[in-house]
Amino acid sequence: MNLNQLTIKQAQEGLKSKKFSSIELTKACLKQIKKLNPKINAFITVCEKEAIEAAENADKSLASQVFDPEGSDRRGETLEARPLLGIPIAFKDLFSTKGIKTTAGSKVLNDYIPVYDATVVGKLKDAGAVIIGKTNLDAWAHGSSGENSDFGATLNPWNNEFVPGGSSSGSPAALSADMCIASTGTDTGGSIRLPASFCNLVGLKPTYGRVSRNGVLAMVSSLDSIGHFTRTVEDSAILLNVTAKKDDFDATTPGVDVQNYTKNLNKGIKGIKIGVPKEYVTKGLDKHVQTKFEEALKDLEELGAIMEEISLPHTEYGIAAYYIIQPAEVSSNLARYDGIRFGSGRENFGGEAKRRIMLGTYTLSAGYYDAYYKKAMKVRTLIIKDFDTVFKKVDAIFAPVSPTPPWKLGEKINDPLKMYLSDIFTVTANLAGIPGISVPMGFSDGLPIGMQILGPQFSESLLFQIGSAYEQATEWHKRKPTL
Amino acid sequence: MKIDVGHIAKLANLEIKESEKEKFQKQLSSVLQYVDKLQEVDTKDVEATSQVTGLENVTREDETKPSLTQEEALSNSKSTHNGFFKVKAILDE
Repeated sequence: MNLNQLTIKQAQEGLKSKKFSSIELTKACLKQIKKLNPKINAFITVCEKEAIEAAENADKSLASQVFDPEGSDRRGETLEARPLLGIPIAFKDLFSTKGIKTTAGSKVLNDYIPVYDATVVGKLKDAGAVIIGKTNLDAWAHGSSGENSDFGATLNPWNNEFVPGGSSSGSPAALSADMCIASTGTDTGGSIRLPASFCNLVGLKPTYGRVSRNGVLAMVSSLDSIGHFTRTVEDSAILLNVTAKKDDFDATTPGVDVQNYTKNLNKGIKGIKIGVPKEYVTKGLDKHVQTKFEEALKDLEELGAIMEEISLPHTEYGIAAYYIIQPAEVSSNLARYDGIRFGSGRENFGGEAKRRIMLGTYTLSAGYYDAYYKKAMKVRTLIIKDFDTVFKKVDAIFAPVSPTPPWKLGEKINDPLKMYLSDIFTVTANLAGIPGISVPMGFSDGLPIGMQILGPQFSESLLFQIGSAYEQATEWHKRKPTL
Repeated sequence: MKIDVGHIAKLANLEIKESEKEKFQKQLSSVLQYVDKLQEVDTKDVEATSQVTGLENVTREDETKPSLTQEEALSNSKSTHNGFFKVKAILDE
């Protein structure tokens, strides 16, 4: 196995035992980027110079620790305080990075260089992470395929004719093509879980507010969740241990205790009650996805989980509520881009941003607010109640991430509504503010498909426990694309 | 449902080419038609959700803290003058 294919856990162990250095690890990733990025287009900016500098510093920190296998392991202490020391991570180009160009995938921010780090970027840097580059995305995170990027579409490493999923398109493509050890994303309606499932990765959408949004360019302030892509559930928990916290710069981060998310990974799932929503078996559900999902349910039952059919009756209104709330907040958030203080003028917005700004402007305009936005926020309440009722009976919910396997590039690009409907199974978690984790559950004609595990707000620990049990019992996540 | 793309674009400070108007009009109308689905839902006596984790009135002490320098704040602007952002006049003399 090459260094750039390691998990965070393996990289931590290798660095600690001096099997390799951060420079070697970082250079292995950079080499892969040079080889494959021209084709896959996962990165908008590659931070070669900064990454090598950070890796050198990490190696110095690692070397300065006294390592005594018999006695006190002081390097171990360093890694406890800085668990990501020397590990290359790619950031969705929506995360503000001090001194590093941040475009949001839009020409409006073609030359924007933030003067501060997003809170979550600062946390990952403090933990020792090496920023390897900034990844491609649908401009402003508007899309489900990555094709709305003003810097060209990202290709799916599993099959270059297919989309990697969006809006976080470059982050999962970079990770599944072995260009980094982990990557970050944002999930507003499915933008982490969907691409994770299309690229055979683990994708975490935390509870709304669990991870600070400060400095991550806002799409929909009441829905945006800050998460990440990893190769394993364990890695996902390791990252959340670093990123989860109340932040004075984001008033929507509550003071709820942050748990040690790696603690319950090996607890198993015997007796855990799982709900399977009957509404998710719709006409639109692909036969392959359905078969794989049924197999996954059997696997989970064998592990001791107790399955129960549940009902989330307002599921079918999720996309409609989302396509009122989301464009409304988008139109407000994108109003600040005037080209005066930073970035370029509004004539640089692409088609999808214009559509959403206009849609939101329309639904918020005088006389329409009650009929659209307020109505949608009421339906949102009903969707939350659906989940509340169900979580009184079951511990977690299982569902496919996407009703279909990855689709071909270009297939939905001229039909916005069809593209929007691909998020039908993911948006309700955003509307309810609950966490979800997407894990690989098999393949359809060589393309990955995923399952999501949803839980009550702040139940991330339980999601990792369930995801980890499933992962340990299956081999899907170990498969790699032919590059 | 008819949506006046020209008017909406003006409200949103967007420039839409004449040739694009029909395409946008069609696409936006189809989405609006779709979201009308919500009218089927009975929301009588249902309160609108404003904050999903239940936080209310989050405030902080009103005190100054270190922030961006003037130079940093201006560093990305293409139009500055004597340490200020320079903008076009919005009022006639």
